[in-house]
Order: sequence, then structure tokens, then C-alpha cells
Amino acid sequence: MPTEAAELVFDEATKIYQGREGAAVDHLSLTVPAGEICVLVGPSGGGKTTALKLVNRLIPLTSGDIRVDGTSILDHNLTQLRRSIGYVIQQVGLFPHITVEGNIGTVPKLLGWPRARIRDRVTELLELVGLDPVGDRGRFPAELSGGQRQRVGLARALAANPPLMLMDEPFGAIDPIVRARLQDEFLRLQQELRKTVVFVTHDVDEAIKVGDRIAILREGGRLAQYDTPDRILDHPTDEFVADFVGRDRALKALTLRTLGDLELTPAGGGAADGLPRLTADTSLRDALAILVAERSQAALVTDGQGSPLGVVTREALLQ
Amino acid sequence: MNGFRVADGGGPVIPNFGHGSACLKNNGWFCPEWVRDHWGDILQPALVQHIELTVIAVSIGFGIAFLLALVGFRVRIFDAPLGAFTDFLYAVPSIALFQLLVPFTGLTVTTIEIALVSYTLFVFYRNIVEGLRSVPAEVLESARGMGLTRRQTFWRVELPLAVPAILAGVRVATVSTISIATVAAFLLYYGLGGPIFDALAQPDIFRTELLAAGGLAILLALSADALLTLLQRVLTPWNRLG
Repeated sequence: MPTEAAELVFDEATKIYQGREGAAVDHLSLTVPAGEICVLVGPSGGGKTTALKLVNRLIPLTSGDIRVDGTSILDHNLTQLRRSIGYVIQQVGLFPHITVEGNIGTVPKLLGWPRARIRDRVTELLELVGLDPVGDRGRFPAELSGGQRQRVGLARALAANPPLMLMDEPFGAIDPIVRARLQDEFLRLQQELRKTVVFVTHDVDEAIKVGDRIAILREGGRLAQYDTPDRILDHPTDEFVADFVGRDRALKALTLRTLGDLELTPAGGGAADGLPRLTADTSLRDALAILVAERSQAALVTDGQGSPLGVVTREALLQ
Repeated sequence: MNGFRVADGGGPVIPNFGHGSACLKNNGWFCPEWVRDHWGDILQPALVQHIELTVIAVSIGFGIAFLLALVGFRVRIFDAPLGAFTDFLYAVPSIALFQLLVPFTGLTVTTIEIALVSYTLFVFYRNIVEGLRSVPAEVLESARGMGLTRRQTFWRVELPLAVPAILAGVRVATVSTISIATVAAFLLYYGLGGPIFDALAQPDIFRTELLAAGGLAILLALSADALLTLLQRVLTPWNRLG
């Protein structure tokens, strides 16, 4: 099912608003490889949302270029360009007068898909985003919770199977517990779909969790660093980036790896007795937090079924 | 047009107190037998005419106001002048407006309709423009981002979301038109205003006719309002939720 994801290139992309001093986005150049998630993060005034909206031309470029799969966005017909890019925003913006099914089917309908194909696609997408394809499709947005609405928003953006997705603080208005779950589900979906995604957030932790690459923008829309999360945490290019990711960046780096990534010492001969048991998909940061809380020097790592894989010590965690 | 002369053309409307019931002889508050006897020749035709007056005025008024509202909605600088224009029409006293039109369109139903239409414009214009403007910014942004053209956005998003406000306008305009239309009989014996003016023109106000015709006007207004409320519920199921 997945269509080819598209490579996205910002080439000296610049936006200057008339009558405002300085640029909103200043000669931004970066390449998002096909199928990767690029998170734009930075303080307010950093132009991250502006940069995102340049891509589907909700905001027109002042100078420079943006290319999707080698073709300039300026060479595309505007409506066709937008219909080929999934767009998700924080407030979702579902059509209140249309059912879940109608909302998700918006772009396919515009593209002239036959009705039966739209119906099947809606079923498929509702299952994909964890909603009930029977019970939920006829409901109106006002009948849904915030998290459900954002799931519908995501399904709607995915409907016509676009090679590129733009997501503007998609989970920003959702409470932390549901947000974490949506992030996890989004990453699981991405494993399957392999879209090229530009994801805007102001939350560094979300950027680290979600991004394959992170672009940190500073005030005036200038790119401070564009790198993988671990490179940004280990080697911030300057004071600004180091400040922005925070003093706890070493701890944050621990969220990037799980116990399964470590070499474990075999748990033989009762050495693991009385140790806390953690599954292999626990992040190093959570594992450390648990060891500190349990006042334990080591933990027993198990697989999903609970069979022991080995023992990990505090020292090994902190290496 | 001097004084309180009732225009002719309405048939036998002056009751014959000579051989009526005791109720009629005494001009009682409400004599059902008069209503029974004159339903066919007075009340029913007046009611049908009244409904016609209202439906035509509301339909034409809506059509004109819709076009004006499109202009005011799309081109913001026209909004205030158009609003002021409809407001001005609304402010003209109805009896004066009926009279003002007579030199141009005569003592005709057309005169009445022109006046009635001009009264609906104010309510329609404001409600349609406000309704179209009420669409949340994020809904418009997602529509644009998904590649709806301006026209598609209007027909598929802005207009449907304006329906509750528009139907609220239709309710107000309909009820007030039913009410104002009774005054039109000042000009021409037409609609429920005819029997009302006749009853008032009797030396000793003919109570039964006044109450019967006036009551029908009220019933008509209430039924129209109930019907339109029902229509609103059917057309906008999404609007009652959340």
C-alpha cells in the first residue's frame, strides 16, 4: 500500500513579511530524506510553523526554493500540490458539519475516487488510527474526544496516501498521557507507512522522541543545527543549541535507547534473584529512574513474555 | 388616501346584525357561528393570500439578501454600506413605505411585496454575513491546506456552517413578515389584514372578526416558526451536539 515517499529539499528558502523587520525564515537549507521524520523545533519566533507552511504554499516563499522529489513546489498546480501533501494542525480543523467518514474522505472525494473505494479507504484508515470503523464513521466531530479528533485528523491527512506529510504541533493541545500514546502510535504507523514527515513542535522531548532528524531554528528563522537526535544531544554546535535542549541533555539521550540495545550479562545461578524486572523495550532513562527509585544496582531484563534475557547494571546504563 | 378608508374588493364583509344570533347582535367577544359561516368567503381566502404574501416576500427577500451578503462577505469594504442600507430600509415606518410606493406601483399586491421584501433584507443580510464569518479559522485553514478551492470552500464549508445562522434569520424574517403583512391591508384589501381592518372600521369594533383574523395571523406565525425550527433540526443534525 505505501506509495513512494518523497525527498523534501529546502533550498535557501526565505520568507520576509512585508512591513516586518527581519526574516521569518532566513535562507533555510536542509534535505529531508524520503521516508524520514524531520522535526522543526525552536523558540517562538523561530519560524518553524512558517517554514512548514511554505511547503504547501499556505505562505508564499519570498525567495529560494523548495523541492518535493526534485520538482519545485512553484512548478506544481497549487490545489494539486496541496492535495498531494497531508496536512495536520494542532486544532485539527475537522469540518463540524460532516461525519468522521465524510471528513476522512474529503481529499479522495476531491480527487474523484469512486464511492466504494472511498468507503473502503475510510474503513482501512479508521482501523489504522485505532478507531472503530463501524461505530465511529457516522459520528460528528463534536461527539469525539480531543484525542479521537486528532486521530481523525491524522486519518484525513493520510486518506489519499500522500508521499509527504506536514504536521504542525499535532499533539500540542492534547493532555500528556494521551499525547504520549498518540506519539507511540504515530511512530508505529510510521514504521509501516514510511512517509516523509515534517513535524513542528516546541517541545524538545517530543522532538527527540519523534524525529529521525531534528532541525533547531533560532529567532529570525535561522537554522542552528540539523542533525540526528543523538548527535544534537551529544554534540550541540553552540551555546544556543545546548541551552535549548537543556542541561539534562545527557539524560535525554538515554531516552533514545532501550535496554534491548545494550549488551547484557547472562543471568545465571540465582544472580538475578530479587532484582526489578524490566522489559527489553524500556528506555534507558526509565530504567535508570526505576533503579534509583528501587535503590537497586541492577535489573533483570526480560522479553515481552517475561523470560529473562540478562542482567543490566547501573554502570552499564550510564556508559 | 385619506383617513381610515378600507379599500374595496373584499366582498360582503359587513355583518348583518339584523338576523344573526344573539351573540352577533350583542357583538360578543367571539361568536363561533360567524367564523363557521364566513370561513369560506372571508377567512380562508384571507389566510391563503397571507401565506402567499409571506412566502413570496421571504423568498425574494432571501434571494436579494443572499446576493448582497455574498458581496459584503467577499469584499469587506462593501459590508458596512450594505448593512447600513438594509438597516435604513428596516427603519422606515411600514405605513409610510406602503404609501411612498403607491405613486410608482399603484394599489397593487406588487406594492405590498416590495415593502415586505425590503423589511426582510436587514435580518437576512446580517444573519447570512455573520453566519459565513462564523466559520472557525482552523477549519478554513485545514480546508485550504487540503487543497479545496475558494469556491469549494464556500459551498462545502462556509455555507453549510452558516446554515444555523441563516435559518435563524429565516425564522425572524418570516414571523415579522406575517405580522407586517397585516398592515398592508391599509392599502389594499388583501391577506388577513383585510378582515382585521374591516372589523376595526365598524362603528363598534366587530370583535369576532377581529379576533378570528388576528388569531389566524398569530397561529400562522407560530406554525411557521415551529416548522422552520423543525427544518433547522433536520438540516443541521451536527449543530445539536457537544
